[in-house]
Amino acid sequence: MAKIKLIRREKESPLARVLVPVTSVLMAFAVGWIILALAGHNPVLVYQKLYNGALGSSYAVSETMVKAIPLMVAGLAVSLAFKMKLWNIGAEGQIYMGALAASWIALNLGQSSGPWLVIPLMMIAAFAAGACWGLVPGVLKAYWQVNETIITLMLNYVAISWVDYLVFGPWKDPNSMGFPLTPIFAPAAQLPTWGDSRVHLGLILAMVIAIIFYLSIQYTRWGYEVRVMGESSAAARYAGMNVTKNIMLVMLISGGIAGIAGMIEVSGITHRLQQGISPGYGYTAIIVAWLARLNPLAIIMVAFLFGALLVGGFAVQIVGVSFSITQVLQGTVLFFLLAGEIFINYKVVLAHKEVL
Amino acid sequence: MKRTPVIEMKGISKRFPGVIANDKISFRVYPGEIHALLGENGAGKSTLMSILAGLYRPDNGIIKVQGRAVKLDSPRKALEAGIGMIYQHFRLVDNFTVAENIVLGAPKSPSKINREQMETETRRVSQSYGLTINPGARVHQLSLGEQQRVEIIKMLYRGCEVLIMDEPTTVLTPGEVKELFEILRAMSRQGKSIVLITHKLNEVMEIADYVTVLRRGRVVGEDRIENLDEGRLTRMMVAREVAYSQVKRDKSVGQVVLSVDRLKVQGDLGYLAVKQASFDLRQGEIMAIAGVAGNGQKELVEALVGIRSSVSGTVEYQGEEINHLNVRERISLGINMVPEDRIGTGLVPNLSIIDNSILRNYYKEEFFTGFFLNYKKVRRYTEGIVDKYNVYFSDLKHPVNYLSGGNLQKLLLGREIEQKPRVLLASYPVRGLDVAAAEDIYGLLLKERDKGTAILLVLEDLEDIFRIADRVAVMYQGSISGILEVNKTSIDEIGSLMVGAQLTGVENG
Repeated sequence: MAKIKLIRREKESPLARVLVPVTSVLMAFAVGWIILALAGHNPVLVYQKLYNGALGSSYAVSETMVKAIPLMVAGLAVSLAFKMKLWNIGAEGQIYMGALAASWIALNLGQSSGPWLVIPLMMIAAFAAGACWGLVPGVLKAYWQVNETIITLMLNYVAISWVDYLVFGPWKDPNSMGFPLTPIFAPAAQLPTWGDSRVHLGLILAMVIAIIFYLSIQYTRWGYEVRVMGESSAAARYAGMNVTKNIMLVMLISGGIAGIAGMIEVSGITHRLQQGISPGYGYTAIIVAWLARLNPLAIIMVAFLFGALLVGGFAVQIVGVSFSITQVLQGTVLFFLLAGEIFINYKVVLAHKEVL
Repeated sequence: MKRTPVIEMKGISKRFPGVIANDKISFRVYPGEIHALLGENGAGKSTLMSILAGLYRPDNGIIKVQGRAVKLDSPRKALEAGIGMIYQHFRLVDNFTVAENIVLGAPKSPSKINREQMETETRRVSQSYGLTINPGARVHQLSLGEQQRVEIIKMLYRGCEVLIMDEPTTVLTPGEVKELFEILRAMSRQGKSIVLITHKLNEVMEIADYVTVLRRGRVVGEDRIENLDEGRLTRMMVAREVAYSQVKRDKSVGQVVLSVDRLKVQGDLGYLAVKQASFDLRQGEIMAIAGVAGNGQKELVEALVGIRSSVSGTVEYQGEEINHLNVRERISLGINMVPEDRIGTGLVPNLSIIDNSILRNYYKEEFFTGFFLNYKKVRRYTEGIVDKYNVYFSDLKHPVNYLSGGNLQKLLLGREIEQKPRVLLASYPVRGLDVAAAEDIYGLLLKERDKGTAILLVLEDLEDIFRIADRVAVMYQGSISGILEVNKTSIDEIGSLMVGAQLTGVENG
């Protein structure tokens, strides 16, 4: 009798690294086909719409890109913390705080100063605000071993409430007819866009952050320390590294980068602070970071895939597919990608029953 | 007429990459027997019992339960065969009650759950063995001793005939140990068999009927307890055949490099792990620290290299106090270390050989070009180490995980030696290695000694101590109970110091 056995691969196979995710996505679409058919839709038509909506035109690609940019930046932010096994679930709140701080600069200096001053200042303010939101759980973790997962998660609600308070109250645009929004930013506080699309300078920024991230983790003294500490704090202590200090530093930088994601969203897309500025980018970024296995360059690609799924999902709703079905489709893709992970580290063999 | 053993393991072998954990072991347990499985860490006790409990599958060998051959390929199968294991870390649900922990999940537990019925069942089982427990209490409210009792009742409820307990007394207070032994005796009277995995000799003498001693994956002795005493057991555990082949030395011992005076060090659980340690370590000598594992050796070494801070006492390096120096400052003085936990502390499992080769000096200018690590330079440095110390590998960029035990240790020791230590500390440097690799490691250490390095080795194998060390300090319950010249002592003397005897000679440090 033959049975199927999983055996750990001796070393990672680069071929599997590429083939497994591709196969996973294809299989997800095959299963999605059945679901769509059962729900009474024409799968060919839906997939066509999905493709057209996400990638079929230059407008579609640019919309996909618009959704992907904050995911890239926030994905990079959380993956830095994850590298050190610090579970920063607070990117969402850090995005809100970054957006808040950037808006404060934009609303106060946007009219009177040029973009060369306002945009960098917005970035610095956003980084600082996000960094504070990351540092608080970082300090608690470093000195008192307080669980950072819970603190970062709870701080999300605090940040969202702050933004709500400001857009419903002191910062509300008098001409908004009651909507919770600030006045629109002056042009000096808006990120330049690509042609007449909505793709903005944030894309370049995301790539720069990814490259700096990659270089500093792989090639600097500090990056080396982060890699060692993430794998084993016992080894880090044996190597004479300051684990306490680095927990705080990494949480600070992680929060700061997420803050920048908030800044580019208000400065590049909405051009104002408003309620619900992030529809959960900070949470989706966690999935993006894991699917990319914390590799900064892979995060760019995976974020793009997620952007496409989001935008394509909107497009198929127009042909009458309900929102829940599009969510099922997105879930199926995720499910197969995650389940496929096992075939990267293990190979399948047929084992014959051992004879004693 | 001969009785049938309830468990019979024959010719059991189990290999892990680079290590033979069990080598053709045969092991028998009779009904109603309290059987101690004795041996040092890494002797293969836990592997053997994990095979019996269905956690590991043996590479070779057969297992018979009540005379019938069985295949135990899951813990559930083992449980069905009447074998249950209680681990050091209990497997209980903290927020559940005692009764819930005992009844739920058992193969015969009813699909409909009735609280009262569960508590009655629990009481029925516990009372038949004279165990007192409140079935309604939640597990997190119980002491560790009571939690252990819940584990025992859980196993009895599941119909265990053979109960394996892994180091059951380590978490208990002396009073709880007494109670546990009462429980075990009661179980044995009712025909249940108990296997105790342990390295505590006094407990073995008190409770066991029969002892099997493992060493380096093999059975080195077994007998009924009446025919044994602590001295004989120690010798079986640590030295099967002692070869008095002292390694010839070229140079005489030099000046004192490291001087430790009345050092006290706290352990992880808050008690004093090192209560009293004083000794001098000289250039060009190898001093061994002998003792049963867990008597403060680990904490002592960690305090000397700066990973753990000391409570009181002094450490002097070439006449200067270094108590306040951190790990890195001590590295730059030339104090290097090979930790007990090779992969996880000494090496970082998922990082490459290249990355691991600079773990202790990665901050040095020589590896950098400006702000960035220069991997060409680092690679050259790594190649130097792997060539010089004969580390076999397939790719320097692969994680060190893929290296065998011997190669891991050569990489680790080579890395430390390359930093030109004045003092080199190594804990259990050959544990789990095959003979050839162990020879390589000892060869490297002797060469270092001849270069004038002061070497401190934590060892548990007396045979090795006699082969390689010049002096031996014996640790017992956190204190150094004696320091002896190796060629002026005997296995018996060291053995009795290891189990707490006082030194009567003149050289008491």
